[in-house]
Amino acid sequence: MTPLIVAHILVLIAVGSVVFHFWSPWWWTEVASNWGGMDTTILLTFWITGVVFVAICLFMAYCVWKFSYQKDRRSEYQPENKKLEFHLTWITAVGVAALLAPGLVVWNDYVTVPKNTLKIEVFAYQWGWKYRLPGEDGVLGKTSIKEINDENPFGIIKEDKNGMDDLLVDSDELHLEINKPVKFELRSIDVLHNFYVPQFRGKMDIVPGLITYYWIEPTRKGNFEVLCAEYCGTGHYAMRGRVIVEEKSEYDNWTAKLITFEKFLAENSKTKENKIKLVKNE
Amino acid sequence: MHDDNEYKIEAKSGVVSDTTAKGDTDYLPPQEVPDQDLYHSHSWWTTYVFSQDAKYIGVQYALTAVGTGLLGLILSWLMRLQIAFPGLGILEPAAYYQFVTMHGMIMVVYLLTALFLGGFGNLLIPLMCGSRDMAFPYVNMLSYWMFVLAVLVLLASFFVPGGPTGAGWTLYPPQAITSGTPGSNLGITLMLVSLVLFVAGFTMGGLNYIVTVLQYRTRGMTLMRLPLTVWGIFTATVLAMFAFPALLVGGIMMTLDNMLGTSFFMPAIISMGEKLTTEGGSPILFQHLFWFFGHPEVYIVALPAFGIVSDLISVHSRKTIFGYRMMVWAIVAIGALSFFVWAHHMYVSGMNPWFGFFFATTTLIIAVPTAIKVYNWILTLWRGNIKLNLPMLFSLAFIVTFLNGGLTGLFLGNVTVDVPLSDTYFVVAHFHMVMGIAPLLVVFGAIYHWFPMVTGRMLDEMMGKIHFWITFIGSYAIYFPMHYQGFVGVPRRYFEIYDSPYMSVSGLHLNAFITIAALIVGAAQLLFLYNLIYSARAGKKSERNPWKANSLEWLTPEMPPEHGNWGKELPKVYRWAYDFSVPGAKEDYITQTTPPSAVLGSKVERS
Amino acid sequence: MIERKSIFKSIFEKPWEESQILKDNNHDGKALSMSGSKLGVRYIMLVSTVVFSLFIVSYSDRMLVHDWKNMPEPWLLWLNTLVLLINSYVFHKTKVFAYENDYTKTKKGLFISGLLSYLFLIGQAIVWYLLMKNGYYADANPANAFFYLFTALHGLHLMGGLIFWGRTTSKLLKSDNKLENLRDSIELCAVYWHFLLIVWLVLFGLMLFT
Repeated sequence: MTPLIVAHILVLIAVGSVVFHFWSPWWWTEVASNWGGMDTTILLTFWITGVVFVAICLFMAYCVWKFSYQKDRRSEYQPENKKLEFHLTWITAVGVAALLAPGLVVWNDYVTVPKNTLKIEVFAYQWGWKYRLPGEDGVLGKTSIKEINDENPFGIIKEDKNGMDDLLVDSDELHLEINKPVKFELRSIDVLHNFYVPQFRGKMDIVPGLITYYWIEPTRKGNFEVLCAEYCGTGHYAMRGRVIVEEKSEYDNWTAKLITFEKFLAENSKTKENKIKLVKNE
Repeated sequence: MHDDNEYKIEAKSGVVSDTTAKGDTDYLPPQEVPDQDLYHSHSWWTTYVFSQDAKYIGVQYALTAVGTGLLGLILSWLMRLQIAFPGLGILEPAAYYQFVTMHGMIMVVYLLTALFLGGFGNLLIPLMCGSRDMAFPYVNMLSYWMFVLAVLVLLASFFVPGGPTGAGWTLYPPQAITSGTPGSNLGITLMLVSLVLFVAGFTMGGLNYIVTVLQYRTRGMTLMRLPLTVWGIFTATVLAMFAFPALLVGGIMMTLDNMLGTSFFMPAIISMGEKLTTEGGSPILFQHLFWFFGHPEVYIVALPAFGIVSDLISVHSRKTIFGYRMMVWAIVAIGALSFFVWAHHMYVSGMNPWFGFFFATTTLIIAVPTAIKVYNWILTLWRGNIKLNLPMLFSLAFIVTFLNGGLTGLFLGNVTVDVPLSDTYFVVAHFHMVMGIAPLLVVFGAIYHWFPMVTGRMLDEMMGKIHFWITFIGSYAIYFPMHYQGFVGVPRRYFEIYDSPYMSVSGLHLNAFITIAALIVGAAQLLFLYNLIYSARAGKKSERNPWKANSLEWLTPEMPPEHGNWGKELPKVYRWAYDFSVPGAKEDYITQTTPPSAVLGSKVERS
Repeated sequence: MIERKSIFKSIFEKPWEESQILKDNNHDGKALSMSGSKLGVRYIMLVSTVVFSLFIVSYSDRMLVHDWKNMPEPWLLWLNTLVLLINSYVFHKTKVFAYENDYTKTKKGLFISGLLSYLFLIGQAIVWYLLMKNGYYADANPANAFFYLFTALHGLHLMGGLIFWGRTTSKLLKSDNKLENLRDSIELCAVYWHFLLIVWLVLFGLMLFT
């Protein structure tokens, strides 16, 4: 294996990686939320790390070719070069800081929820999704795991007045109004989950015993898939959902058809009454 | 003892140091403390099975670790076959997740950690330090058998009702111990017991490595004269000392949650329709404990690799390692900083979001000493005299793959970039590249390098070259494209990655390609194993110091070294381990035990 | 006495330089002025400290949750603490006797130390039994769980120490009045016992005040 061949292979790896990057069809799905800033930070990172990767591979290739072993040659004896090390250190530090700074700016936006977001509860369980909207009062009712039963699958505390007008979505399909920021309040009743829509870019683990959150503003209409992004047992891969982003008119149509908690309780008790009547008649 | 001074004055070049004391320059005072009193074995059992000789124990660790790793490799083939060709129906979801878990735990802990610390540590530390054996040989022997016990308990989990745990190697509660996860009863308990045994064993081992490096070096062997291999393994052991307890603590509390129903990590839960009695515990506490262990753990694997590869590059380019002091400082700095970055594994865990700022900053800071090491490796190549033998080839491959994996770490460490990429195949690609491929390439290079010292024979070159190229190019082909699946958004730990109508491009063909590449690379490892077995018996006999290296492990009176390593007298060290191509010297290397009188006329640079 | 420089200072040396080479050639190969065994015991104590500290951190975190209920304080725990204190004192005196070369007193001291340690362990077991009899099971409340956890771990460490106590004592019995080789072992045992006393006081105090 001559040095020249090895050098060429190193060059090929560097060049091939770059070619793959630009030519491969596997790239992110077009962003559908306001978090394009994450994409921009990724691109910046690609540029800086890409240049470093190619430069170092090419340098290695050159060394392998130029300094290949010859019996009567001697290599340079240089235990240390303080100046060079110093320059390399500060240049690296600057490069790293250049990556970190924009990243922290975007992160700051991510964790700072703007004031006028619509709060939507995402209810995760093994292995599916349900949702709850705050209804007219704009406030989600408090919940407790102790309240969960067949009549109250969301576990809403009946004494909390804010909960009565909450709209229940007992399916894994959520609709969102385009260009309206929402804050996902994430709740799980069993294990860790994670509510992830690739096109929205955002994600956050859902921890039982806590309410975690993240916010987005949908910016593109479409029909997107929800993927659970934290291992949660044998059904983890099948825990899919859907998010449909649509215009206000279609969104209002959807919410109009949703049942409130109050009505839901009433219907359930009616069924109970019917049941009791049946028994008495016998 | 003739007086060398007269000869010095007549020396041709006349650039010998003028600060030598009067009298013999080669003279060193005898050891102040009595020599180590070693156990001498009398039976086959105490020589080969319950050996107290670190060299034998090192080989034992290596063989056990590699054997367990082979199982991990086979599990990965089955996993990849299932993902890429689901039509074959090789695995059910439960089995898939059990294999994912066992593959991960085996590879990280039972292969890499055991191999670098127990295997290379035992083999190389006493020799490179110039001591006869480890400080506490009996405890050292116990540590190996604890490791074996840990492996047996781990393997036993395959045979209990419910099978092994399928919680992912990270073992997060509540899922690890609730019924929706396979092995959530006996399986996870056996896993945790195995880990407790492992930690106990490696505490005993670590005791030996630290005390031997600090207190049992030979005359003239200062810390700064040690090869970087020792620095890497030593620092890793210090890390293990502080990090393994966290795993122990988390494991014990989770065992109690599982067996006694306590609520350390378990909040109020309705699991698969059943309301559990737990309340008030915090799953995130487990994650903090786990990653307080988990992040230093990856450096426990990486630092020995860094140290070893520095020595491989130096020896095989006949050049002193560039910036030895910076390399030492970088190893120590990386070790220390590794305790301040753990929550970069938890950016989207639901922990307090403000922690994200802190951990992103510390994570990107740790990139700086790591980058310096990469620069120093390639600067060692610069103006070197590079021999493209197998250890060097593997070292070059290490640099390429570690660079790649380290750079993708910058993506993930930057907290906001981690948001879309976490829990996707980008992460899987990153950690396989940087933890799997890169350190494993060093392991291979190290085995090709030190095989003659252990067996007295050389490994076959032809088989080695085939092994190398398939492994290097193949592994790169597996993991480089995988990053892009992560960009598409494909999540990790998915039993089935079907063609999602909502994603713009299919990953299915890429999956098939990756699986086939993985199987080919896997097959190449079998060739390597064959090479090991064949060459140990019938390989070309090696000369005494085949690579013309400087460090002490090549300078024992017998090669391979005998029990007690040095014969009657411990070696005397006159220089550091990197005197390669010293101007004025006859050979392009000067071993550490070469006294000054033998290299009169050589010049040492003042910097 | 060889003068030792700190490890942190030594990593700034330049091992290839002439002047450094001359100094280094005379180095005795040790970084610290203590025996390997002493360093070993310190290593064990350090690892244990990290383990207990992490448990204490978890305890403090869990303590803040609303379902925390304090445990009762059985008076037997105070007695056990006293036993441990006396144990440390006896070990200290035993070490002194060993340095004074007093075989009989050293032998007595070692035996009493062992006895006290066993007494302590039995006492702890009795506390466990009494608490469980009164319904304070581990899963009933996190404070209970931590109590059993802390006492179990501390007890296991003590049992580990007893293994070394056993080896030292049997060596003493075979040693024929020659104490020089055993002084180190006895001293190290004493140090380890003092360490376990401190650990117990910290854990006991933590549980008392929360």
